[in-house]
Amino acid sequence: MNANSNTHSGNPFTAFRRTVGGLGDAVRDWWAGAPGWARWIVYGLLILLAIIAPSDFIGSFMSPETHWPSLLFSPIGTYVLLAVGLNVVVGQAGLLDLGFVAFYAIGAYTMAVFGTKYGWNFWGVLVVGIFMAAVSGVVLGSPTLRLRGDYLAIVTLGFGEIVRITAQNTDYIGGARGITNIPHPPPLFGVEFALDPLPYYYLLVAAIVLVVIFAKRLERSRVGRAWEAIREDEDAAELMGVPTFKFKLLAFFIGAMIGGLTGVIWASKVIAIQPPNFPFILSATILAAVVLGGSGNLPGVMFGAFLIAWLPERFRGFADYRILIFGAALVLMMALRPEGLLPARRRRSVTGNGGEPDDARPGGAKPASTEADGMAEEVAR
Amino acid sequence: MLNDFLNQVGPSTVGGLASGAIYALIALGYTMVYGVLRLINFAHSEIFMIGSFAALFAILHMGITGPLSGFALAGTLLVLMLVAMAASGGAAVLLEQVAYRPLRRRNASRLAALISAIGASIFLQEFFALIVIPKLFDRPSQGRLQVPVPRLLERESLLTIGNVEIRNDHVIILVSAVIMMILLDVFVNRTRIGRGIRATSQDPETATLMGVNIDKIIRTTFLVGGAMAGVAALLYAMEFENLRYNVGFLLGVKAFTAAVLGGIGNLRGALLGGLALGLIENWGAIFFGSEWKDVIAFSVLVLVLLFRPTGILGESLQRARA
Repeated sequence: MNANSNTHSGNPFTAFRRTVGGLGDAVRDWWAGAPGWARWIVYGLLILLAIIAPSDFIGSFMSPETHWPSLLFSPIGTYVLLAVGLNVVVGQAGLLDLGFVAFYAIGAYTMAVFGTKYGWNFWGVLVVGIFMAAVSGVVLGSPTLRLRGDYLAIVTLGFGEIVRITAQNTDYIGGARGITNIPHPPPLFGVEFALDPLPYYYLLVAAIVLVVIFAKRLERSRVGRAWEAIREDEDAAELMGVPTFKFKLLAFFIGAMIGGLTGVIWASKVIAIQPPNFPFILSATILAAVVLGGSGNLPGVMFGAFLIAWLPERFRGFADYRILIFGAALVLMMALRPEGLLPARRRRSVTGNGGEPDDARPGGAKPASTEADGMAEEVAR
Repeated sequence: MLNDFLNQVGPSTVGGLASGAIYALIALGYTMVYGVLRLINFAHSEIFMIGSFAALFAILHMGITGPLSGFALAGTLLVLMLVAMAASGGAAVLLEQVAYRPLRRRNASRLAALISAIGASIFLQEFFALIVIPKLFDRPSQGRLQVPVPRLLERESLLTIGNVEIRNDHVIILVSAVIMMILLDVFVNRTRIGRGIRATSQDPETATLMGVNIDKIIRTTFLVGGAMAGVAALLYAMEFENLRYNVGFLLGVKAFTAAVLGGIGNLRGALLGGLALGLIENWGAIFFGSEWKDVIAFSVLVLVLLFRPTGILGESLQRARA
């Protein structure tokens, strides 16, 4: 299906593109048609993989130069969770958010302020942090979600910067020095949370599993269908009776909650946070993870986040040059496979008029795909 | 408070207009590319950065030692401007070839183009921090630090009204920006290629049917937008006398804000939006302190979009957004 849209065979990358593209599509198609038990086995294997991931054996290959469990917690784990959250906003509802880091920052600062100033327990702050991030999502969303596409992008970018600069200029929350001595979570099931990254990693894995189940259920619900309708054509959705504003706000709300959750967990591990921990480039990186993996498709998004977090760390041998290579890789990747490594099945474009439907919708026109999707919904019930 | 404001409003206005003129010149690149391709050219801030370093390179190699004046100054600025325009314009065309054209050929979504642009932007910043600045500017392992620019002209007060000094550097910035704007306006509204640009931004398919060579138009748009960023880059280097590998980021965001403020896709809107943004953030800084400047700029953007989502002058010139 990918080959159809590719008429420039003179391109030296064509063979590579077909291989990678074919592989990605094959995986996705198998997944769409796989029976329920096969899916459960895959889920089980993935969780098992996440549990044994910090072992030295895997670490010796994945990251010979850096402490692997630390890497698994941050950036890998945090990027995956952030990407799952951003995917709700960008991938499902089709709202371009360039300031996602703001919610992460709000979660982290809530943890820091309540932990250091009021001596709150991690679990209490977790609830408050998620709530604060969600509220800020609504505060940002309610005036701006009437805007479309690029306006929304620039306003969210501005919001991210406003949050960072405000943190920098407000002495109550430490100003440019940030906040130090953030408390660790209390022991859970006899496991101490201290400097060792492992317990935090498992906490993050648990959070990711819960959030993914939540996001997946949402995707299959009325809400998910409304988001999809909005993403594909907002006017049509409105005409069909979908209260688009309400659902867009909900997407912001849920995305912000997940961002806040990540921030709280992260801050409880790192002891000290500063405003420069939340730069614009982090928002851009998470967005890149979502798009690289295949916006709208959860496994793809998580895979993309993993790659984006892991590759620069793996190639620390190139030391300074890794970010340079990362930038070039993004350009190359988009040129070779703009729809992402594992794209969602029924997608056209994210921000409206982005290309012709037939070309940009991989495999969407086949009747078989609707059948497969129907089946997928059966399985989910 | 009010007294402070009254004392400072004059100087702030002049400074605001000068930085606003620089925003406006950068905003032109965003607005033109957006008009033709409906795309945020995210790497435009790096086009600006490249122009500023090209100007610095030329300054260092022209053997300019002290501040200039009179005809020597005018001639030097003109040459430097051409260098910066050529560097920025060339870089913009190259960027289009590498980062956008392959995606356009494949009808990729605009989100993919945005990611490609972000990738190009990261690449260019790192390329300068790691290779260009250490090697070409002879600053080994200091690629991420500020690079000073030799002083080009001595700042002199040309005229004083009340407590407001009108300085020569501010006049140069404003006059060059306005001249560039007029030239661009004539180019877009009066020439054949300009007509092609307008046609393409109104309706690319029909423009193609009418014999407009879209690829050529897009290339020209990037070239011209890049050249305007080059002018801004020289003026910036002259005024602030410090460059950095990431100098473009904040300016780029502000310039895009200016473009949106004036109505994106609208050339005159970019001028108005840039000047308005420069004024608002400088006036606001009197009340809240200059560390809140950026917050003020973004808050104004949010407010304007709430009450007038298409910007001050509207998206006009082109069709309304689908």
